[in-house]
Amino acid sequence: MSDQTASPRLGKWTRRGLITAGVVAGGALLVGVAIRPGHRAPKIRSLVAADDEALLNVWVKIAPDNRVIAIVPHAEMGQGVHSTLAQMLADELDADWSRVDVQEAPAHEEYANFTLGKGFLLGDVDVPRFLVGTLDGALLKLTQALDLQITGGSFSVRATGVHGMRIAGAAAREMLASAAAASWDVPVAELVLRDSRIAHPASGREATYADFAAAAAAIAPSSKPRLKTPDEFRLMGTSQPRLDVPGKVDGTAKFGIDAQVDGMKVATVRRAPVFGAAVATLDDSRVRAMPGVRGVVNLDDAVAVVADGYWQASNALAALDVQWTASPRDSARQDEIFAQFTRDLDRAAAEGADVDLAIGDDEAALAGAAQRIEAEYRVPYLAHAAMEPLNCTAWLHDGKCEIWTGSQNPLGLRAAVAGALALEAENVVVHNAYLGGAFGRRASVDYAVQAARIAASEGLAGVPVKLIWSREEDIAQDQYRPAVVSRFVGALDASGHPVAWINHYVDKHEPAEAPHIPYAIDNQRIDHVASPTHVPFGVWRSVDHSQHAFFTESFVDELALAAGKDPYRFRRDLLAGKARHLAVLDAAAKAAGWGTPLAQGRGRGIALHESFGTIVAQVVDVAVAAGKVAVERVVCAADPGFAVNPDGFTAQMEGGIVYGLTAALYGEIAIEEGRVRQSNFHDYRMLRFDEMPKVETIIVNGGGPLGGAGEPGTPPAAPALANALYAATGVRVRELPVAKVDWRTA
Amino acid sequence: MIELEVNGEHRRVDADAAMPLLWVIREHLALMGTKFGCGIAQCGACTVHLDGAAIRSCVTPLSAAAGRSVTTIEGLASDAAPHPLQQAWIDEQVPQCGYCQSGQIMSAAALLAANPQPDDAAIDAAMRGNICRCGTYARIRRAIGRVAEAAKENRDV
Repeated sequence: MSDQTASPRLGKWTRRGLITAGVVAGGALLVGVAIRPGHRAPKIRSLVAADDEALLNVWVKIAPDNRVIAIVPHAEMGQGVHSTLAQMLADELDADWSRVDVQEAPAHEEYANFTLGKGFLLGDVDVPRFLVGTLDGALLKLTQALDLQITGGSFSVRATGVHGMRIAGAAAREMLASAAAASWDVPVAELVLRDSRIAHPASGREATYADFAAAAAAIAPSSKPRLKTPDEFRLMGTSQPRLDVPGKVDGTAKFGIDAQVDGMKVATVRRAPVFGAAVATLDDSRVRAMPGVRGVVNLDDAVAVVADGYWQASNALAALDVQWTASPRDSARQDEIFAQFTRDLDRAAAEGADVDLAIGDDEAALAGAAQRIEAEYRVPYLAHAAMEPLNCTAWLHDGKCEIWTGSQNPLGLRAAVAGALALEAENVVVHNAYLGGAFGRRASVDYAVQAARIAASEGLAGVPVKLIWSREEDIAQDQYRPAVVSRFVGALDASGHPVAWINHYVDKHEPAEAPHIPYAIDNQRIDHVASPTHVPFGVWRSVDHSQHAFFTESFVDELALAAGKDPYRFRRDLLAGKARHLAVLDAAAKAAGWGTPLAQGRGRGIALHESFGTIVAQVVDVAVAAGKVAVERVVCAADPGFAVNPDGFTAQMEGGIVYGLTAALYGEIAIEEGRVRQSNFHDYRMLRFDEMPKVETIIVNGGGPLGGAGEPGTPPAAPALANALYAATGVRVRELPVAKVDWRTA
Repeated sequence: MIELEVNGEHRRVDADAAMPLLWVIREHLALMGTKFGCGIAQCGACTVHLDGAAIRSCVTPLSAAAGRSVTTIEGLASDAAPHPLQQAWIDEQVPQCGYCQSGQIMSAAALLAANPQPDDAAIDAAMRGNICRCGTYARIRRAIGRVAEAAKENRDV
């Protein structure tokens, strides 16, 4: 019974409140909203360490000078989340947008758990029904993987925005209105709230929000503040300029690497090039005498040099005589890793695999089919290569460790540093700065633990140390998008209609639905087998979606061609009843001029993929000439339900496409002698300015729950490109990157 | 002691003559707007002007700047107003993470100073050394175009 009634039960919090309010220093009104899973639900329980933990909190402060400050538990890494979240809050609050500021919540339980403001807590309240929607599976699994207060999974706007910022704004607005109505002795309905001011037109009275801050705090917040309907939105759905942009054009924006602490020294590090190896011998005698060198630190699996500046540290590290432990991994090679994957797939075919999805009877459908199509695809490991090399400044003093860095996961980072230094978590203070790109890499905490251990090493007591990784270290010591092999068998009936879809692949991460297809094929089997290697895994923009969209949308194209059908029409015919998928597919095809002729050597490809709640179709126009592949145009249609900041959403599509195309065209991390062969941007190539295609984004506000922005633009780019290359040349790309093909002969 | 001019000010730096200018700017002069990206002149995040020309400061030794004039992103604007490119960057909402943008703007500024109305090929040549991992290239091109267009209108008037 409990399973069937889990959702309704989530609607009740028996011991903690939902919305809290109070007056803080200086007379500012503070309103907080906690989102907490009901701890009775079995699938949620494992996420909640203690009864009073919440998934995330949102706070809004109305300062005595009438400025509105949104305190958000997410990192700004270029996705514009600080601004978009503030926009959602300010709209519900009817705040003056020109006087709204954003602060990132410190890495502290107050902002992830529901323990702040004991005096403000309410008694039993019902969780509004709309909050129950936060508890969807994909979101929670990512949260579990990445600890609390994370920024990732494209979920900041979807969860914090919808279920935190809007409610906080609406609750604060109601409390202010109630306070004004009581003070003026007029009905609430006669008040007009706009631009952080309250007016009573009938009597001509007017005041600022701040004037009623103290009185509002004394009013019990509603557990169900009324949210605006879309026709009432003033800011949501409009392209407001981002708050972080001005500081990013004049050099004043502060990233982790810009931290400056008095007396600071600079360290750089080299980890064992073969993953899993350790320091065998270290001779630092020559290096310690080099100019500016302050220390050499053996971190067991890495060595670090601390010096007056980065250049001295880097020179000394290069001169350091270090030998690493040997293991059978020293001979690991990329072709052998792929061979292991195919062996494991062969074995799973004989002995059984872990089933993702099984509908209908795929074997019977295959047996009775008119045509059987098989294909095997593979993708390489990929590094994140954010522009800001990983860095972290650590300073141990007064029994505490202060950290300056850029992290997608400041709470997890704090816990890891505390663990490494045997400190209580409350004695680790994390100052989170802007992230100079992240794409999932800064959800890991390895670099911060290194910095803390260096700062805690003998001879450096009390010295603040800024650890900066070289680009070479960033490429060679990433936590990589996995290399994957994926096999397909498809079957068509005599009319060319697909009747079976069978997919076997290695290594499953998140989200679970990444290999799923939206198409109506009656008989499907999708399964996987684990095939572990020594190469560390990490979440990479869109996680498993990035590789599976390449596999599934390439194979759909192969089925269409085998059926003798147009790839766009073939997809269309399999999307009956999926109005939102059809709408984006049609929008992309129409804007791209699908079906219009292209010149010799050019091709057009289409792909459709849903991830993180957003459905995206892309049409790529490619030209192949003199052995060179040039992506000329990408038309992108995307349905995120509703785009809160259309220009910001468009920017995320543009960025996601470049990220996906870069990987598809050039991206390859290859293992050689157990280590990564690539080292810097000369051999881990990026798409550059002169290769940028024309990108046109069409936003389809299809309604429904909000989808993500940062990740969904990436997955369709690779298959749309591969499908376009086939159209241009007749060469089917089944292995990325595209640069592996000699296009002179194509 | 090496003497140079940085953002219009005379500076004396006590650093190894072989030290890359990038680290002199960041660690000795505490100007943090110029960024470290690759260390081998492959990404352009460290771009500054040396006597008006765009250079990669991560591979330029301090000695090469002795007695010369260096401009960083902090010195690009006049006292009264942002550089037209900085305003154009805001108007086009170019930056995402923002880390590469100091270098992008410095490359674009050197281009426009030498060639106020560059064609697409000239823009490509000036900007292809600057990587943006967030994929803001199209907006950068629009922002440069905006300033070039304004310069044209001013000249035509």
